[in-house]
Amino acid sequence: MKLSEIIELTNAKVVAGDTEKNHNLLRAFSSDLMSDVLTLDTEHILLITGLANLQLVRTAEMADIEVVLLARNKRATPEMIELANETGLVLLETPYSIYRSGGVLFKNGLAPVY
Amino acid sequence: MKLEFDIASGDFSKAGRASSRIKKMLKQLQVDPKVIKRIVVAIYEAEVNVVAHSVGGKMLAEIDGTGITVIVQDNGPGIEDIEKAMQEGYSTATKAVRNMGFGAGMGLPNINRNTDEFTIESELGVGTVLTFRNNF
Ligand SMILES: Nc1ncnc2c1ncn2[C@@H]1O[C@H](COP(=O)(O)OP(=O)(O)O)[C@@H](O)[C@H]1O
Ligand SMILES: [Mg+2]
Repeated sequence: MKLSEIIELTNAKVVAGDTEKNHNLLRAFSSDLMSDVLTLDTEHILLITGLANLQLVRTAEMADIEVVLLARNKRATPEMIELANETGLVLLETPYSIYRSGGVLFKNGLAPVY
Repeated sequence: MKLEFDIASGDFSKAGRASSRIKKMLKQLQVDPKVIKRIVVAIYEAEVNVVAHSVGGKMLAEIDGTGITVIVQDNGPGIEDIEKAMQEGYSTATKAVRNMGFGAGMGLPNINRNTDEFTIESELGVGTVLTFRNNF
């Protein structure tokens, strides 16, 4: 699924990263547990989470995650945005809950990791 | 090539600096991205453990032509029962650590899974030393 489609379907705002780059996401995963995210060996995944801190951005960097969607109006801090721009992570904010974000993306064809 | 990093206790904002630097370096050396991912996940979990569970320590990484060896050592308190600590789900993490997205008892198993060689030594009151290696 194209990044632009994810942004539109979840009514998201881009707060960091380069959206011009051709991001094509193949699967999505949802967790607030970073050790769990670090076990994934799938590529081109979208992470949907309620955890908004620097560890999230670091975890995305180590796990090769290109796009993170912060659910339910969780706001990225200035430090998170700075680090995300440095590592090339696209950070999105959506008013939708994790449940609704996942539901709408799944319904529109974005496959789950598990 | 040798690299050294200090890791301070409790400073979560800096956890990930060593893994990030090493990731960039391995990318420049054009190491296979799958190999890079495995080693940086192990290094990151090890960094988080020193920040979360110890009084502080340091990391030494050595990159040679065939792989990377990493030594993570801290100055205590040490691990009482290593076998237990290695079990998935075992954790003594505080609520503060769990709020950071860690503390599910998956760190040491993640390190084990993502490395080609892994040893852990610990002495109560002295400290813990993790040594691991991945071949390119
Ligand atoms: N460097 C360390 N110093 C002291 N105790 C440690 C250290 N690393 C791990 N431990 C102990 O081992 C347990 C399991 O570690 P780990 O698998 O990384 O899970 P977690 O960090 O989520 O608790 C920790 O909760 C802690 O009790
Ligand atoms: Mg840990």
